[in-house]
Amino acid sequence: MTHAATAPATTVPPGSAKASAPLLYQVRSLYKSFGTFQALKSIDLTVPTGSTTVLIGPSGSGKSTLLRCLNLLEPINEGSILFNNQEIGTVVRDAYRIRRQVAMVFQNFELFQHLSAVENIMLAPMKVKGVPRLEAHDRALALLEKVRIPDKADSYPDELSGGQQQRVAIARALAMDPMAMLYDEPTSALDPEMIREVLDVMTELSQGGMTSICVTHELAFARRAADQIVFMEQGEVVEARPTEQFFSGTGSPRTRAFLDQILH
Amino acid sequence: MFDSPDLILDYLVSASFLHAAGMTLMITLVSMAWGMLIGLLIALGQEWNRPGLNVLIVAYLWLFRGTPVLFQIIFIFNVLPAMGILFSGFTSAVLALALNEAAYIAEIFRSGIEAVGKGQRTAGRSLGMKNWQVMRHIVLPQALRTVIPPIGNQFLGMLKLSALVSVIGVEDLLLTANQTASANFRYFEALTAAGVFYLAMTTLFMFGQSWLERKVNPRRGNAGATKGKSLTQRLLGMTANTGA
Ligand SMILES: Nc1ncnc2c1ncn2[C@@H]1O[C@H](COP(=O)(O)OP(=O)(O)OP(=O)(O)O)[C@@H](O)[C@H]1O
Ligand SMILES: [Mg+2]
Repeated sequence: MTHAATAPATTVPPGSAKASAPLLYQVRSLYKSFGTFQALKSIDLTVPTGSTTVLIGPSGSGKSTLLRCLNLLEPINEGSILFNNQEIGTVVRDAYRIRRQVAMVFQNFELFQHLSAVENIMLAPMKVKGVPRLEAHDRALALLEKVRIPDKADSYPDELSGGQQQRVAIARALAMDPMAMLYDEPTSALDPEMIREVLDVMTELSQGGMTSICVTHELAFARRAADQIVFMEQGEVVEARPTEQFFSGTGSPRTRAFLDQILH
Repeated sequence: MFDSPDLILDYLVSASFLHAAGMTLMITLVSMAWGMLIGLLIALGQEWNRPGLNVLIVAYLWLFRGTPVLFQIIFIFNVLPAMGILFSGFTSAVLALALNEAAYIAEIFRSGIEAVGKGQRTAGRSLGMKNWQVMRHIVLPQALRTVIPPIGNQFLGMLKLSALVSVIGVEDLLLTANQTASANFRYFEALTAAGVFYLAMTTLFMFGQSWLERKVNPRRGNAGATKGKSLTQRLLGMTANTGA
């Protein structure tokens, strides 16, 4: 398994501006198990600041688990996670401090059902950061503008389409001014006609320099927005390569078999 | 019996009946308030899930759900004084009813809390909220919506349970009606007057509940449509309505 030896800098196209960018995440030999089940085995991953990483792989390969570990929603068993040059893999008690700096978007949106769109966005800044209500409100409206649904500010989640809900969820995540956005299959629960509007917002963020790590099966998005693609299988990183190389057809047989399968 | 209506009216405005109705209402409200507070703490304690605490909670639930509430009232009023703890009738009544109620309210809160999806908590935690903040700002507000109907039922139940306190001499509606009637043997009039007060309070509670439901869930969304019930539905479905 030579892939594990991939040096940090080589996962980004040489010569690109991001190649020399500082690393936001540096994961080394991360292991995670649930009881006796090894969900993640010896994961290595580097994520330069401002880059976009797409995680792909079959169901059960550990993509969601890896994202949750990066956010400390799951404690890790072994290995190291350097986040912004700080070791966070051993942080247990103050995990919420790290989570404030990293935002997450979920497959099922998980908007707070008892709050309107704008209140969903205001909640964490107010309660976690102590931002005054009026300021949080103004900021929330600006974020709704950014995700292109300013007119839905006072709608409740059950009054919004899936695509609209997911964009509110993205705005809610952005409201914490995160250093990174983690997306877990953000468009998998959406009807085809709504996938586009969500991916457009994500692409815009990504091109605007937001460090993003995204689990998705949307290969068109990956080609357009990703700097590197990470292919996982059975809890391992099979391959982590710059986007163009990844799609050049020179990857490992396992990668090609998987790509064939989801392209046809 | 041609003078019955007059006598009933007299009772309805008499100081002793009004005082008794006030006592019944007081016992119900104070017992429910404490019952809800203690019940919420128990539910949060179960949620917190610490071994030592769990044992205490299970013992509590076992004790108060495993014995008749009438037994608890009499026990607190008659047995505790022998141990040097002396309460007035009112305090004994409220103490017993509240402690007993808490054992049931805890279950209602717990299922309300569990009905809030796990993903909602994860979303809250991912925003950097501490566990208590997630509970306070995300889980409890949503749980509140689902617990209002069953708690409304508990209010009605408590109003009726409160009649038990007449056995320890607390001058509630039932005791007052009974005493009044035994003086002149006009049971029909005295009990009718008491019944009118009970029904008035029941009706008040039901209006209060539907007002609260609308306040907590002001939208006519899909959630509102299934929960919005008419007064008759509330009355007829009262016992079956254990909440979603
Ligand atoms: N909390 C948990 N307890 C036990 N096992 C778990 C838990 N979470 C995940 N797993 C297991 O870990 C493995 C990886 O799960 P994970 O959700 O990370 O996969 P995934 O790549 O995201 O899959 P999918 O594409 O279906 O979302 C699976 O076998 C899953 O059953
Ligand atoms: Mg997953």
